[in-house]
Amino acid sequence: MAYALQQLINGLTLGAMYGLIAIGYTMVYGIIGMINFAHGDIFMVSAFIAVTAFTLLAAADVTSIPLALTFVLIVALFFTSAYGWAVERTAYRPLRGSTRLAPLISAIGMSIFLQNAVQLTQGARVKPIPPVIEGGVQLWSTPAFTVQIGWSQLLIIVTTVVLMIAFTWMITQTPFGRQQRACEQDRTMAALLGVNVDRTISLTFMLGAALAAVAGVMVTVYYGVVDFFIGFLAGIKAFTAAVLGGIGSLPGAMLGGLLIGLIESFWAAYLWAEYKDVATFGILCLVLMLRPSGLLGRPEVEKV
Amino acid sequence: MSTLLSVRNLSMRFGGLTAIDDLSLEVPAGSITGIIGPNGAGKTTLFNCLTGFYKPTFGSLVLAHPTRGDLRLEALPSHRVARDAQVVRTFQNIRLFPKMTVLENLIVAQHNVLQRASKFSVAGLLALPGYRKAERDAVERAATWLERLQLTQYADHAAGALPYGIQRRIEIARALCVDPVLLCLDEPAAGLNPRESAELNALLTYLCGELGIAILLIEHDMSVVMNVSDHICVINYGRKIAEGTPAAVQNDPHVIKAYLGEDEEAGVMEESTS
Amino acid sequence: MSTVVFAAHGMTPAERLRDAGWIAFVAFILGVPLIGLTTVDVGGRLAVNTRFGLLAAAVAVAFGGRLALRWAFDRLAARKASRQRAGSAISRTQTIANVLGWIALGAAVALPIAFSDNRYVVDTATTVLIYVMLGWGLNVVVGLAGLLDLGYVAFYAVGAYAYALLSTQYGWSFWEALPVAGAIAAGFGILLGYPILRLRGDYLAIVTLGFGEIIRVILVNWTEFSGGPNGIGSIPRPSFFGLAFTRSAPEGGHSFASFFGLEFSAMHRLIFLYYLILVLALLTHAFVSRLRKLPVGRAWEALREDEIACKAMGMNTTHIKLSAFAIGAMLGGFAGVFFAARQGFVSPESFVFTESAIILAIVVLGGMGSQMGVVLAATLLVLIPEFGRNFAEYRMLLFGLAMVLIMVWRPGGLLAHREPTLRLAKAAGGEQ
Repeated sequence: MAYALQQLINGLTLGAMYGLIAIGYTMVYGIIGMINFAHGDIFMVSAFIAVTAFTLLAAADVTSIPLALTFVLIVALFFTSAYGWAVERTAYRPLRGSTRLAPLISAIGMSIFLQNAVQLTQGARVKPIPPVIEGGVQLWSTPAFTVQIGWSQLLIIVTTVVLMIAFTWMITQTPFGRQQRACEQDRTMAALLGVNVDRTISLTFMLGAALAAVAGVMVTVYYGVVDFFIGFLAGIKAFTAAVLGGIGSLPGAMLGGLLIGLIESFWAAYLWAEYKDVATFGILCLVLMLRPSGLLGRPEVEKV
Repeated sequence: MSTLLSVRNLSMRFGGLTAIDDLSLEVPAGSITGIIGPNGAGKTTLFNCLTGFYKPTFGSLVLAHPTRGDLRLEALPSHRVARDAQVVRTFQNIRLFPKMTVLENLIVAQHNVLQRASKFSVAGLLALPGYRKAERDAVERAATWLERLQLTQYADHAAGALPYGIQRRIEIARALCVDPVLLCLDEPAAGLNPRESAELNALLTYLCGELGIAILLIEHDMSVVMNVSDHICVINYGRKIAEGTPAAVQNDPHVIKAYLGEDEEAGVMEESTS
Repeated sequence: MSTVVFAAHGMTPAERLRDAGWIAFVAFILGVPLIGLTTVDVGGRLAVNTRFGLLAAAVAVAFGGRLALRWAFDRLAARKASRQRAGSAISRTQTIANVLGWIALGAAVALPIAFSDNRYVVDTATTVLIYVMLGWGLNVVVGLAGLLDLGYVAFYAVGAYAYALLSTQYGWSFWEALPVAGAIAAGFGILLGYPILRLRGDYLAIVTLGFGEIIRVILVNWTEFSGGPNGIGSIPRPSFFGLAFTRSAPEGGHSFASFFGLEFSAMHRLIFLYYLILVLALLTHAFVSRLRKLPVGRAWEALREDEIACKAMGMNTTHIKLSAFAIGAMLGGFAGVFFAARQGFVSPESFVFTESAIILAIVVLGGMGSQMGVVLAATLLVLIPEFGRNFAEYRMLLFGLAMVLIMVWRPGGLLAHREPTLRLAKAAGGEQ
């Protein structure tokens, strides 16, 4: 029981991070109807930026944890959004209105490019940083097992909840949110009504990248190691989360992320740890076959 | 005249939207039936239900096939509607295979015949005489239709690069290559100039009169519908509001109301037919 | 797109400079965290190194590159316009492609004779041919049928492991295992394809990617079956009609060298392997080219063009997709068998996603659906990194970049021309 509770906490932490990345997939899919294959790699880039920023801070002898975290978050958000913007601008915008395959292939190319650019400039070895936030609270102690929630886990879950609230507010209440939803429904009509579609799409990419940046900082804080390959698996899992929740739906992405995180934790704890990635892929295939619109998505009617 | 297709109590809902509402309709064999109605009346949805792209929420579509007996179209997947029931359609926004040549488009339409002749590609790979003959026949058939629709000169052009009016004709020629019993044309005159519309009229009359192909025609161009249709069905808000000969439909108060609104004077419909 | 790329027509020099300056600024922002700063391991802890010189160089390259590209584009656009006026040259391109094809074939046949004692050249050429064969296989799925398969390497792996297991466990020879392994791979293709082929293009891509990874994870972890991360070793090499390529002839028999009265040379086997893959690749080419002109091939292309229209023409799109998937998988399986036989061992490391991406890059860069394009792209992609070893680490970087650029500027690939499968004039002429 205690063990299961611990898995629940671990799963929620993992799921919160998947959820944040998944929102990026879902928003981009919603607005331009393509899978942004490079999104996982954007997340990876932000993790590397976080590592560099933390190391810089350590060199500057900054010891205040809140200060350090704020600094790293701001730096990561800024640079990662710039990457999100640049990726859309170079690899996707010229292909708008092209065939369905072309942007997808371009996205795969971009993903390979980013991965190898980071490998070349930052090195192929894993980057460890000293733990940023240590300790936690013991929730429950049995003779056999102690359930503990780490401060970093708490931070991740709380940040995610806060971000989700802020985000929902932005999409439903602000002019940008309105424009964003308008473009999702009908880009041509939105343009005719004076919405700057290009700008809205650019901003959507930057927002998705910003959320991935937060996830990247969190992964760095939580695991303490990053390498250039983490974007691949995280990206696929987050995409699975987005599909599971119903692609195009923001709450769906978060829900899907949490479910994938929980499934992965429990699968690794109780079944075969080495096959945990297979479990994710299996879920992906099953969802797509049985319920392609996901848990919270609306079914799509084929336009003839 | 015997009934070829009977649509009974057809309804199609998308979530809360009712696109077709308890529609019943008979299409006689060997005739041209026009379907008209304002935009969004549910005409194309009817075609989509008929050709298996949508599964109707309720109702039945029965085709009295000349050799295969009664077929329930609503139970067939779209490819079997074309293959087994021989109900073939064109699309409002032309759907050709743009990078393939016009001739290839027409050959692809004969896929099932050729695939059978190629014995799942085995006979084809070996270029056995049986397959070679089947391919020659297919080309000949395509060439006949190209000739008939004055498309021969474009046979080896990529279909997507040709002008709009020609693409419309190609789509009809391609549908004819499937050997239809019932041909469903979705706005075949859209974007055609008056001369081309007149040619279309002649073609439709020929197909129906000489070859006995029944035609279901969605069209906004009244000069086409009123001149070639034997029978017209008017739809609005997914319901049938009038039915009858072109002359009868034109003078039906419901139709005038649907097209012109409550208070307007009638007269436009007559003008457009002259 | 045109507004982005071609609006530069008639740009003033000042505008050009401002434009390039903007690009340089973006390059600077993007470059700071990755190029300007890097973390290095100093005694177990990370420290930050600065590389501002490199960053400055990158920004300068971005600035100069943008200026040069703009200029080149304007020139290109002008030339294109004048060429269009001069009329199309489609049939000429085709003749050139044909001639090049025959020259390439001649060169491929002559290569081991010319380099009969150069192990490196023959080896590299064999690698090129493996990729050509894989490219032709994937071309059926992606180029003709328009189904984006990101897990193609899974079928390659199935073929390789099928031969590895059949030969080491049951003593099957290469020629016995080849068709069976191809059939197994095709079976996997159908098994995977049946449930997922209803999916839309981008979902299909992700699921096939997942499938490729599942196969790899299973190969890594199911040690009793696949040997785990170590793979399977001492796989028997193919023999020349029963004549082995060994130094000494077996008891009461002949080796290849002794049968032909030659002195034993390790090169015999390499050259034999080279010709073997050449023959396999040529058979693949003949097979695929022939299929393309059959109903099934035309159906693949029609499917790529418009699936809904296919259904309206009475075509069973599921079957058509399955046939493309199965045939692509089978060809991948054949290539896998050859790969296992050539290497003598297989391990999951050879079947990572990167490998799928390379094969896809070959198909895309060459020109989707173009057989000659695959040859060109495979040759380029294998040879470029071979020319400078320093270059090798940039290989994947350039792959990625090339995929993006080719899509943006030439979505059809290097050789984008499509030859019709039949012509009315010809077909009618043959009839009379």
